[in-house]
Amino acid sequence: MDNAFIEIASVSKSFGNVTAVDNISLAIQKGEFFSLLGPSGCGKTTLLRILGGFEAPTAGKIMIEGQDITHMPAHLRPTNMVFQNYAIFPHLNVEQNVAYGLRQQKLSREEQTEKVSAALAMVQLEGFDKRGADEMSGGQKQRVALARALIKRPKVLLLDEPLGALDKKLREEMQIELRMLQQQVGITFVFVTHDQDEALTLSDRIAVMNEGRILQQAPPRDIYERPSSREVANFIGQMNLLTGTVESVGEQVVVSSAELGSVSVDTNNQNVHPGDRVTIAIRPENLSLSDVPTAQALPVTLAASAFWGHTTHYRIIPEGAGTNTLDVTQQDYHGSQNSGDRAWLCFDSSNFLLLKD
Amino acid sequence: MNRNMNLAARILGTYAVIYVAYLYLPVLFLPLFSFNDSIYISFPLRGWTLKWYQIMLANEALHRALMNSLKVGITTALISTFLGILGARAVTRYRLPGQKPVVGAIMLPLVVPEIILAMALLILILRLGGSLGLVSIAAGHILICVPFAMVVLMSRFEGFNRSLEEASHDLGENAWWTFWRVTFPNVLPGIVASLLLTFTISFDEFIMAFFLGSTDPTLPVFMWNQLRFPKLLPGVLALGACILIASVFIVLLAEWFRRRNTSDAKTGDMIIG
Repeated sequence: MDNAFIEIASVSKSFGNVTAVDNISLAIQKGEFFSLLGPSGCGKTTLLRILGGFEAPTAGKIMIEGQDITHMPAHLRPTNMVFQNYAIFPHLNVEQNVAYGLRQQKLSREEQTEKVSAALAMVQLEGFDKRGADEMSGGQKQRVALARALIKRPKVLLLDEPLGALDKKLREEMQIELRMLQQQVGITFVFVTHDQDEALTLSDRIAVMNEGRILQQAPPRDIYERPSSREVANFIGQMNLLTGTVESVGEQVVVSSAELGSVSVDTNNQNVHPGDRVTIAIRPENLSLSDVPTAQALPVTLAASAFWGHTTHYRIIPEGAGTNTLDVTQQDYHGSQNSGDRAWLCFDSSNFLLLKD
Repeated sequence: MNRNMNLAARILGTYAVIYVAYLYLPVLFLPLFSFNDSIYISFPLRGWTLKWYQIMLANEALHRALMNSLKVGITTALISTFLGILGARAVTRYRLPGQKPVVGAIMLPLVVPEIILAMALLILILRLGGSLGLVSIAAGHILICVPFAMVVLMSRFEGFNRSLEEASHDLGENAWWTFWRVTFPNVLPGIVASLLLTFTISFDEFIMAFFLGSTDPTLPVFMWNQLRFPKLLPGVLALGACILIASVFIVLLAEWFRRRNTSDAKTGDMIIG
């Protein structure tokens, strides 16, 4: 905690009686690509705006490199922001937009042109200097906003859903570019998004937020494989969440559920007792179907299937589970695929994750 | 069906022509009679002359009245637009306690009969021991022009994205530089529109100028004085014709400026940046 580059200490922000940010503490390391992930209205943008100096926190403290910046106005902060709508100055062309923040450096015209060219080259916009703000596509505007912020050499770059307005293909392209750019410039990025795939692809670490609080902060793989709560599990990727009851606790925990009967799962450091209601979280790709019965396989009925190209998605009803369904993704199931057909469900319970409710 | 539509189009077309004629034909009589060689405004026209223009140009009192109106008009335009910028920015950018009643009070002169305002101001100024003259006229004009300036500027301020100002702060500019480099260029068309509008309102305003003026009249009051003497009337027509042409010129200029501003203003920042 002591050597954190950005330290957010017990920060809260209320608007009237609405608490947008509720006592959040975070430590972000130098050079890290850190994402704030959550549904809209979870407080992630408010937290970013507090970092940028556009909102004053109701309580708490913000430090960057040991310097308290809680009450420092936005124009003096060592942070720069890429706004959600890019905020390209409409009365200026690309070159003037990118050079906007250089006025105080009192550069000669040649130095300024050189810096702008370098910044435009960095975001692959060479030759766009004289383009007007209204003559650019969304992707180009986004690059201009990036160049305009990075030319200031900020200690921290704040990005507020910068890819949200782009179409899927461009967005995926920009994700890779953004990640490469961040590694190239080595600047700490704090990135706000509601898109879990984006957060997983880009980040060194993710903080999952909801209702003004942080539910979990961890590297993407940990968030994906070991969500700390049912809420996080539900938000990150496709997940089957089974409600069950603890039957016995030993080296493993035996949980009975309507869908799978009794299964033994890893304790996952959860302190549970027999009789507790718990959740078993299972990724659809950790379940599979077979058209022949094997040991341990459970009889199921197909409810629906959808072909996704790289895989097929099945919704199944385990026998005796009433209307409860499970989702399975599998590439190589060749059995009969009409709804109502019978199949066998195979699983390895070591992939199951035990969560306390 | 087709015939009905043709008929409707013809009726609407005729209506439009009559409407425009009703609006502008009387105005066109002004320049027409200003060249007529007779002191009586009636047909048939007697002959072509420029003598009314010569009389107008030689009339020292008229020059003085014109200068008075320009002084009052320019002062009013500058001060009410300046106040309008401050007010519009405050109202559109911040949430202030009692904002609605305050804005309502600012807008009130739009609906209060001008003669009431003029009388009230007259009584107030005399009670306070102030003197009447161009300053008191300008004060009255500013009172009625600020709401117009506010309306024009508020729509402009609302129309431009707040995050632009935030982006400027973010890039290291303080409030003053942000206003100068981002807010001002973006609301400039609104400022020009407000200057022209408030100047025009002040320039042809009569009631305030009549109540709050002294023996040194503005142009509308001067013209009204002249109208009582028939032989001076053609000179007033010549003046009217000149003002008409100047107005058309100003409107065209404003429109040209507005269009140029939307397409070409991008180079403006090079001077500052």
